[in-house]
Amino acid sequence: MAQASYPDDLLYHAEHDWARIDPDDESQATLGITWYAQDSLGEVVFFDPPASGTTVTKDSPYTEVESVKAVSDVIAPLSGEIVAVNEALRDNPATINEDPYGEGWLVKVRLSDPSERESLMDARTYQGTLDG
Amino acid sequence: MTSAPPALRRTPLFAEHVEAGAKLVEFAGWEMPVQYDGVREEHMAVREAAGIFDVSHMGEIETSGPQALELLQRLLSNDISKIAPGGAQYSVLCREDGGVLDDLFTYRLEVDRYLTVTNAANHLADFAWFESVAADFPDAHVSDRIDEWAMMAVQGPLAREMVQAGADGPLPERMSTGLRRISGEEVLVCATGYTGEEGVELLCSPEHAPRLWSALVRRGARPAGLGARDTLRLEACFHLYGNELSTERGPIEAGLGWCCKEDTGFIGAEAVRAARESGPTEKLVAFEIEGAGIARQGNAVAGGGEVTSGTLSPCLERGIGMAYVPAERSAVGTQLEIDVRGRTREARIVEKPFVQKRA
Repeated sequence: MAQASYPDDLLYHAEHDWARIDPDDESQATLGITWYAQDSLGEVVFFDPPASGTTVTKDSPYTEVESVKAVSDVIAPLSGEIVAVNEALRDNPATINEDPYGEGWLVKVRLSDPSERESLMDARTYQGTLDG
Repeated sequence: MTSAPPALRRTPLFAEHVEAGAKLVEFAGWEMPVQYDGVREEHMAVREAAGIFDVSHMGEIETSGPQALELLQRLLSNDISKIAPGGAQYSVLCREDGGVLDDLFTYRLEVDRYLTVTNAANHLADFAWFESVAADFPDAHVSDRIDEWAMMAVQGPLAREMVQAGADGPLPERMSTGLRRISGEEVLVCATGYTGEEGVELLCSPEHAPRLWSALVRRGARPAGLGARDTLRLEACFHLYGNELSTERGPIEAGLGWCCKEDTGFIGAEAVRAARESGPTEKLVAFEIEGAGIARQGNAVAGGGEVTSGTLSPCLERGIGMAYVPAERSAVGTQLEIDVRGRTREARIVEKPFVQKRA
């Protein structure tokens, strides 16, 4: 994705991760990394999804993405249990770069504490935290 | 109150990198381009056509005078007397106990004048070492030339042709060096490289570097950063100081016995001779991951040993790397298990290099 973008319907975490609360079920969310994160990483060459059923804890790493040079932790913006993982990324990890908010989603979780969303930022606030 | 960290150094080509949209990172105290369009694209450009790297952060030490040869024989592992004027030679710099201080290329510019190129991270320590040993050689003079040279590497199957097009005479043959005029500027052309491809490394004055760089880019050399430099050298199984080489181990374990000539009496020769005669307990091997996964520096090898470098090979499209393993487990074909952040990855020792382009 050539142009920086930060969709308005998402919530953002300072460690460059996003959460999309399911509009039909506020106890479910999809998680991923932001445009800024994928741009800093460079091309993602390897993603090994965590297992369904794994617990994720807000502010803690729950998986990794790898570029040619380095491995980066992905921080959970919210706590819960993983109910689905994006298996398609095994064969096509660069989707994370090309479509970080759509086809590049990482996991879906059942939230253990939906009120945690209050601590996340909206798109404008998150953008304000980024380098000029 | 905290003091600001010292500002990073910038090479004479910094403005060119900014203009090209490079992603800049800190490396050995320098602000350097890690990539422009992408590590894999730049890597493949070097393998298929030509890439150009700014390596001005590397250091240069000039050794001259009637005792230059003697001093370099004492410092460097290889036999310096084998370098003819206009020749180039690879060697390591060792401590008394054989631990490696750096790996270097030395060019013989004139009968009694040599230029040694050092790794950026070790340059100041290397120069201090050269000076301290030079105290015993009154007719040898060493000087730090890092500020006088900019350096860029043009590498790939089309590299020589691209550089030749602007040169006033035939370029030096592989492993030779000579002064040429390229795009009107005086350039020291070294037919050496760190990618496993044909190519040259060009040294010129800092003032002329931007013009030379731009001329080569216009002729089709693709700017390539430190990210691609690392994946290319790893595919070629070249050592990186701080990964395969350190003071912890000697050159024999690293597979660099070929550039050590103990009879020249270099500092560390006795330790190297002893390691060679008894056989090292560990050896550096090349491995490929079988299946998914990328091993990284520091990953432990089951049964002993550790990964020194690892990446996803753009050419082979699988995880590759190098590791020190016990000598008895170092044969090609041996299966290894590598602990990659808590997950076991199967790997197999393979012949070096992973990618062989030049004959």
